[in-house]
Amino acid sequence: MGQANQNIPHITVSQLTMAYGNFVIQHDLNFTIEHRDVFIIMGGSGCGKSTLLKHLIGLQRPAEGDVFYRGQNFWRSDTRQRTQIMSKTGILYQSGALFSAMTLAENIALPLGEFTRLTPSEIADLVSYKLSLVGLAGFEDYYPSEISGSMQKRAGLARAMALDPEILFFDEPSVGLDPMNARLLDDLIISLGETLNATVVVVTHELASIFAIGTNSVFLDPESKTMLATGAPKKLLAGSDDPRIIQFLTRGEGRTR
Amino acid sequence: MVSIDETSFALKISGNWSRQATVKPIDQILSRLKSHPPQKIIIAAGTLTAWDSRLPSQLLKIMDYCAANNIQVDSGQLPDGIKSLLKLALAVPERASTRRGGSRFSWLSNIGKSIIDMQKDMYGLIVFIGEVALAAGALLTGKARFRMIDLLTFIQDAGPNGFPIVSLISLLVGLILAFVAALQLAMVDAKIYIADLVALGIVREMGPLMTAIIASGRTGAAYATQLGTMNLNNEIDALKTMGISAMEFLVLPRMLALVLMLPLLTLCADLLGILGGAMVSSTAFDVTFIQYYQQIKKAVDLVDFGVGIFKSVVFACLIAIAGCMRGMQCGRSASAVGEAATAAVVDSIVYIVVADSLITLIYNRLDL
Ligand SMILES: Nc1ncnc2c1ncn2[C@@H]1O[C@H](COP(=O)(O)OP(=O)(O)OP(=O)(O)O)[C@@H](O)[C@H]1O
Ligand SMILES: [Mg+2]
Repeated sequence: MGQANQNIPHITVSQLTMAYGNFVIQHDLNFTIEHRDVFIIMGGSGCGKSTLLKHLIGLQRPAEGDVFYRGQNFWRSDTRQRTQIMSKTGILYQSGALFSAMTLAENIALPLGEFTRLTPSEIADLVSYKLSLVGLAGFEDYYPSEISGSMQKRAGLARAMALDPEILFFDEPSVGLDPMNARLLDDLIISLGETLNATVVVVTHELASIFAIGTNSVFLDPESKTMLATGAPKKLLAGSDDPRIIQFLTRGEGRTR
Repeated sequence: MVSIDETSFALKISGNWSRQATVKPIDQILSRLKSHPPQKIIIAAGTLTAWDSRLPSQLLKIMDYCAANNIQVDSGQLPDGIKSLLKLALAVPERASTRRGGSRFSWLSNIGKSIIDMQKDMYGLIVFIGEVALAAGALLTGKARFRMIDLLTFIQDAGPNGFPIVSLISLLVGLILAFVAALQLAMVDAKIYIADLVALGIVREMGPLMTAIIASGRTGAAYATQLGTMNLNNEIDALKTMGISAMEFLVLPRMLALVLMLPLLTLCADLLGILGGAMVSSTAFDVTFIQYYQQIKKAVDLVDFGVGIFKSVVFACLIAIAGCMRGMQCGRSASAVGEAATAAVVDSIVYIVVADSLITLIYNRLDL
């Protein structure tokens, strides 16, 4: 977990252009994510936040530009090196994306079985521990369809953390949860990120969490199809003079603080 | 009702503007605007008895036209409810390049499109077969990673669970073959050859073919829907980002299960088909079981069984490839999953029949 080379950014995005076919979503993105950052990806709906996440986690190839993990070019690496990088990341999908044909325990045990040499009983212990961390102790033998939506999200979180990842990705983790649960999930993400010493990358609209937890961010604009700014959210609010950013960060009420 | 004041071009809206009411379309207003474009129009409401979404949608059309043609619109005198709805609808301007170009094409470009689609399908198939080959290579060197429990479940689904339907169909096919053969052979008093015809027909052709067609409907379609739904639910993305090969983890056990089970099912189908023939010939055409058995022993040898079994192995690969490929390449919607299942069955039946003809041709050349 404690990594050498702390002075190289964890992720560097350089001149990234994202497109579906000929339809450019965003172009010329440049930003860096430092170790242990809580990095927020924000912007109006449909501006390409989820798409950016897909580029960072290797589901979609950039139309142009590069993504570097610790200085290593992700998309120019071979499959084995990419797998190596990906095995150190945990991802929580909007839907949870649990394997519906497996129980919660099997879901979490899968990455453990694939990437470690632990014995089955050790894995079972780890699975129980991870489930209890997200408040699902005792649900080992439930299938994803047998638990509620917020429980599925938390189980997805447990799976994302199975390998004690160095970097965690979240796509709108609290969408569709009631305010209580949304808040709890946010808190959970932060405290887990801290205890794991992990870098956290979150797509979110929640102003409360943006200011409470974000240490760095990038703001994507759907109109000009590029980023408007990058930096700590609080600094953006205080220091930016771009009306679009101010509007977004104050829910259109203008700067008051 | 809309009344127009000609001099100031003031539109006055009154009466019932709900979905049930009969309202004259606003086209005449638009055409009036077109023929005598004014500088400015005023939209106001008279006594509106009832209105719903119909009214704002019509007003929006007018306002859009005016905005495009530099005509000022004064809508300040409309009731507050309508004003706020209009404001909401105009709050987020339509983003340039959002709207897709019309999807109506001429028949010529449709033909071109479908040929390009076919080309893409072919390319996808070749890539998929390549990936399957790599995964199979990993399996042979013992590096492939999948869960044994998955393999066993798929084996149970593809094999034992398909046994009843396969036996029923092949028994009936045996009966039918025997009947057809008997009616002809009885004319030349060669009824004993029912056995040859049924046994050879079943073992070399009908057994493998019928079993494969049943399997494509049962198992191939199931594979396509399973994988398609997993794709829909981001499960395949999750696997990929975990660094687990979807080919090895999802496709390989399915393929392996079918390749192991289809030959066994074919063997059962062969035996039951022969039994069906025996039932017909012994009850309706006085060829005894013993005679039938003796005749079959003369007519069919192990090579014939081998020929059929080899075919079924090939068919199993084709069904699994068609089903898994359609599932893996499935779009992310409920209807796409249904289309994937249909395409999987259609593809595999086409592959099966084509492969069957080729293999039969090759056997013929090899004198097998
Ligand atoms: N598979 C796809 N094919 C083509 N275009 C796509 C596809 N997925 C998304 N898009 C387009 O890409 C753009 C960005 O989509 P994306 O899902 O990244 O938005 P987002 O910022 O995550 O939005 P939200 O906040 O609503 O989640 C949208 O305009 C959408 O139309
Ligand atoms: Mg999104």
